[in-house]
Amino acid sequence: MDDEDDEELQRALADDIISASEDEGGSDDERKHCKLLEAISSLGGKKRKKLTERSEASIQVSEFTVNAEGEGDKIHLSDLIGTLDKTPSALIKTKKQLKNLQHNQSTLETPLTRKETEKIQREVAFEKTSKEVSRWQSVVLQNQKAEQLVFPLNQEPSGPKRIEQVVAGWKAQTPLEQEIFSLLRMNKQPLHDPVLTPTEEASLRAMSLEEAKIRRAELQKTRVLQSYYEAKAKRGKRIKSKKYHRIQKKVMRKEYLKQFDEMVKTDPAAALEELKKMELSRMKERMSLKHQNSGKWAKSKAIMAKYDDGARKAMQKQLEVNKDLTQKLVIPADEDEEDEEESAETLPDFVNDVEPILDQVNPWMRGKLSTEPMMEESNRLHPPVWPREVGKPGEGRDDQEEDEEQMEETEEESLLRGFEERRKLRQTEDVKVSDDEEAGLSNFTSLFHGLVNHMEPPADQPKAGPGLGQGESPALLEEGLVRVRTLEDVELLSQDISASDTALLTTRDLGTEETDTQSATQQADKKRKKMIDPNEVLTKEAKVIEMPLAPTAVEDVEDKEEQRVIIKEAFAGDDVISDFLKDKRKQEEAGRPKVIDLTLPGWGEWGGLGLQPSRSKRKRFRVKVAPPPPRQDQKLPNIIIAEKRDSSIAAHQVCQLPFPFENPIQFERTIRSPVGRTWNTQNTVQKITAPKVVTQLGAIIEPIAREDLIKDIRQAVTGPSINLESDQGPQKKRRSQQKKKKAS
Amino acid sequence: KTTRGMLSDSRVFDACENRKSKRRKKQSPTDFRLSRLRRDSSGTSRSNWKINTMIMKTNNSIYLCRQSFFPSRNSCSPVQFRNSSFIHIHAMKVKVLSRNPDDYVRETKLDIQRVPRNYDPSLHPFEVPREYTRALNATKLERVFAKPFLASLDGHRDGVNCMAKHPKSLSTMLSGSCDGEVVWNLTKRECVRTLQAHEGFVRGMVVRFCGTSFFTVGDDKTIKQWKMETPGYGEEEEPLNTILGKSVFTSIDHHQKEGVFVTCGQQVDIWDEQRSSPIRSFSWGVDSFSCVRFNPVETELLASCASDRSIVLYDMREATPLKKVIMNMRSNTLCWNPMEAYNFTCSNEDYNLYTYDMRYLDKPFTVHMDHVSAVLDVDYSPTGKEFVSASFDKTIRIFPKDSGHSREVYHTKRMQHVISIKWSSDNKYILSASDEMNIRLWKANASEKLGLLAPREKAAVNYSQKLKEKFQHHPQIRRISRHRHLPKSIYSQSKELRVMKEARRRKERNVRKHSKPGSMPVVTEKEKHVVTVVK
Repeated sequence: MDDEDDEELQRALADDIISASEDEGGSDDERKHCKLLEAISSLGGKKRKKLTERSEASIQVSEFTVNAEGEGDKIHLSDLIGTLDKTPSALIKTKKQLKNLQHNQSTLETPLTRKETEKIQREVAFEKTSKEVSRWQSVVLQNQKAEQLVFPLNQEPSGPKRIEQVVAGWKAQTPLEQEIFSLLRMNKQPLHDPVLTPTEEASLRAMSLEEAKIRRAELQKTRVLQSYYEAKAKRGKRIKSKKYHRIQKKVMRKEYLKQFDEMVKTDPAAALEELKKMELSRMKERMSLKHQNSGKWAKSKAIMAKYDDGARKAMQKQLEVNKDLTQKLVIPADEDEEDEEESAETLPDFVNDVEPILDQVNPWMRGKLSTEPMMEESNRLHPPVWPREVGKPGEGRDDQEEDEEQMEETEEESLLRGFEERRKLRQTEDVKVSDDEEAGLSNFTSLFHGLVNHMEPPADQPKAGPGLGQGESPALLEEGLVRVRTLEDVELLSQDISASDTALLTTRDLGTEETDTQSATQQADKKRKKMIDPNEVLTKEAKVIEMPLAPTAVEDVEDKEEQRVIIKEAFAGDDVISDFLKDKRKQEEAGRPKVIDLTLPGWGEWGGLGLQPSRSKRKRFRVKVAPPPPRQDQKLPNIIIAEKRDSSIAAHQVCQLPFPFENPIQFERTIRSPVGRTWNTQNTVQKITAPKVVTQLGAIIEPIAREDLIKDIRQAVTGPSINLESDQGPQKKRRSQQKKKKAS
Repeated sequence: KTTRGMLSDSRVFDACENRKSKRRKKQSPTDFRLSRLRRDSSGTSRSNWKINTMIMKTNNSIYLCRQSFFPSRNSCSPVQFRNSSFIHIHAMKVKVLSRNPDDYVRETKLDIQRVPRNYDPSLHPFEVPREYTRALNATKLERVFAKPFLASLDGHRDGVNCMAKHPKSLSTMLSGSCDGEVVWNLTKRECVRTLQAHEGFVRGMVVRFCGTSFFTVGDDKTIKQWKMETPGYGEEEEPLNTILGKSVFTSIDHHQKEGVFVTCGQQVDIWDEQRSSPIRSFSWGVDSFSCVRFNPVETELLASCASDRSIVLYDMREATPLKKVIMNMRSNTLCWNPMEAYNFTCSNEDYNLYTYDMRYLDKPFTVHMDHVSAVLDVDYSPTGKEFVSASFDKTIRIFPKDSGHSREVYHTKRMQHVISIKWSSDNKYILSASDEMNIRLWKANASEKLGLLAPREKAAVNYSQKLKEKFQHHPQIRRISRHRHLPKSIYSQSKELRVMKEARRRKERNVRKHSKPGSMPVVTEKEKHVVTVVK
């Protein structure tokens, strides 16, 4: 091929030479030139480098001459497979693979452009660095909020240093010194450079000043809490009421049971332990003769029991204790049966008798029959005819025993609360009594008390509600206050009262009708759950506002008049003009100078309680102030001009609320609190006026270092981890934390 | 025995040298008291042997006793003796009637006695008006004492182009002018050393973190490292190291802890001190940079200002730059906050300074306005609370880092365009280098008293500072504390700028009012100046 190319070129060149010689034939010339160009261009397309063989080793090898044999030829699959004939198994495999390859048309994706890769790289790098930098956020915020910053940041603690710290390269030289130091070394005492013992240093490292402060504060708090609880316990202990203690114990027991139940769920092993303990105590109880009604005291009581309620009660109590203590802890269903059996076995007959109800205000009893007083009220008036559904009061009690059990807990709580309230009441009463004693001295206080007493009844009235009998009052008074929230509630409230009233009335009027009484009791029972009775609400007459009847479309004049009338009606209640006049008069009053009374009672004459200084004296020492200049609004009846405002002061006053404050009160408060030494103690002044940034004279302030960040983060980690209850030092804690970390 | 008689026949000599007791003696010779011993230890040791006589007073007679009468006294140290109001001598109990003078007498006339005080508020009424008056007076006095200018260092024969702080010495400062450079001693206010560093401008200089050598870059395309020490007699002033670069370097900065420095010119180069070629170079379609700075906290980060109005962030460890933000106009220099790792402030040609959080470059978090011409340089105070800026308008301004307006402006009649500015590393002084060949030393707080303050002075300063802060919103106090004298040109120019700005705002408002709602979004001042953020 190359040979052919050369021939062509020669031919074309020859043509050209010929054409050049023929000067005249212009068009011909052009044609030939084109031909030549074509020939050359066609040459370029087919141009091929000559295969050169490298026979000798040389230093310089042209990159253009490097060539392989059969370079231009295509490689076919068959060429590759041809060598694999000898291993048939491999052949099949590769055949398959190659076939797949041949079928597979998809090509690899072209790599991203440099611009895009760089962009991605940049983005990744930026993310990384910005995350790294964000670690400083907490430090920066902390510094911004800090009350005071002392620069340079990492200052060594000021104060005298030990000589060992200052003098570094000192060593024991004399034999005596050496002896001493050997002794020191034996006792693990510091020699020269580490001035502190290893343990001391460890302890120093373990707790920084701030940590120690925090810890101290916490300890203080726990101590205070402890003392508070102790005081409370002591107070509780000193309460003589047996009832209180009984209830308290019951509550405790209940709580304990609750805890135990939880423990069963959460930590069965510990629960088992507890169970064992309980079992043991039970066994002990069973072994001993305690609470068995077999002691001397119990025997004496048993004799007395037939005649004395108290003795009976005491015995019962003891038996109950015994029962409680010897009770086996099993599934509650069995428990009841056992209880019954046990009680049947152990209790004397008289114990089961129904006790006479001694006091009706007894909350335990009241819990069962909250409606009883009212019922009694109605019973007094009419002979009781009990409907079948309700039954007699005794039966009713039996029915309600279950309810009682359910309610027990809440009752207990309420009882405890009741105790508290009573105690407080007693205290206030005491205070009142002492007040009354003092009241004898000054008639003012007594007058005040009178006033208060006078004021009290109307305040109480709405609580009690209108039209309530005196018999009902204790029960209703015991009822807690109910917050009325919505309009419906208000309606309900009024209805409750009215409903109970109506119930009463109906019982009075139609005492024989069973259904009515029943409904009455029910209504009284669940006052709050009652529905709105439409008749009650709707039958009430709405207030009718009388409007002037006027057609809507009339002339303007009439319209205006109508509007005026409407406005007049709307604002009929408030008299603006008189209010304004009152205001004005008040202002004038305030502006008028007051007479200053400088009389000193008892000065120059007898003084004492009930003695007035003489009139002449009073006259003499009364200072009259000159009348002020006439008011600016004196002759302007419908204007009030404030005379308090002083324009000369206004220049010094702040007219706008400055930025960080949200309301004027805040701002005024900051202004009002003085900072100077005249008003504050030395320490307070120092604390208040401490500058925000403190720099040392002549000290170079280095930029904040990474070590600060690390330290800060460490502090942040260890700071809140201090536990309130545990009494061990932070050193131990840290160790335990480390252990935990290792374990994890 | 009467007192007089006692005096006459006794061989009393009061050996105590206490000034006060002497004075008291002169005043009333019959008034005897136990002489107070000196407080200092030397005094007590001397008084050990000097005091051998005591004057004591029992019920109604006065005895003068020599110490030798009481052998047991020798065992008692004088210190104990002084502090006890009862003296036990043998079995005799002697009551000293006079009180211990230590409790109530001044040591010197400058001593302040402790005055018991009643802080009952009813006894000290009108606290707010009184404090207000004090605050007003404090503000006025502050303005009276505001004399910030301390010294002018002259000696350059051309405009001063750059300055460098010494990291280890407060009194040393370096300045590079348009023809050479000088090392200054600030306490003596004199030039310590002059050397011809480059031909042409000295573009930038920086002291190595250890303070033993410094680097300079100049218009002659070289980086030179010099010793900080003055060469000895006969030695030639020669650089430790010279690197010849391909193009002009415009700025240089050194790493905080390692032997690495960075230069910028056509590209940002990071150099190892030991090598003559950069270990890394960054360029991101920009042909010239004006300033490059290492982050002093996160020491691997860099930022540079480029001529295409952009600020570019780099990480020394990464192969590519991190991000760049393009603004409306070119930033001249920037400075990182030394206490907040991610904040930096750049001084811009559009008369403003912008503080950026490097994580959120899409808008600056504060725009600092007040200059009336291009801002040429900025430097943070070492506490990171404030920064100072130098401007083409011949003034220096101090800005709190999060406030939009300056708290202070410094200028003098002769100060020309301020090219370079530095805040000294003890937070007390500001150095400004300007066109007219001078370097000026200013106080950072104009009315601050320099030098050591007595504790009472310090307390008074703190109190007045607190008062000023408390009443800062009151109109009179605000007016006085904000009042500054400005050169007429600057005053009128700022007024003009204000008018222009107001007009622009009004126009925008009007356009918005008369266009379709939502078509003219409100662009905040912060957003206005940023063109784009290039990732």
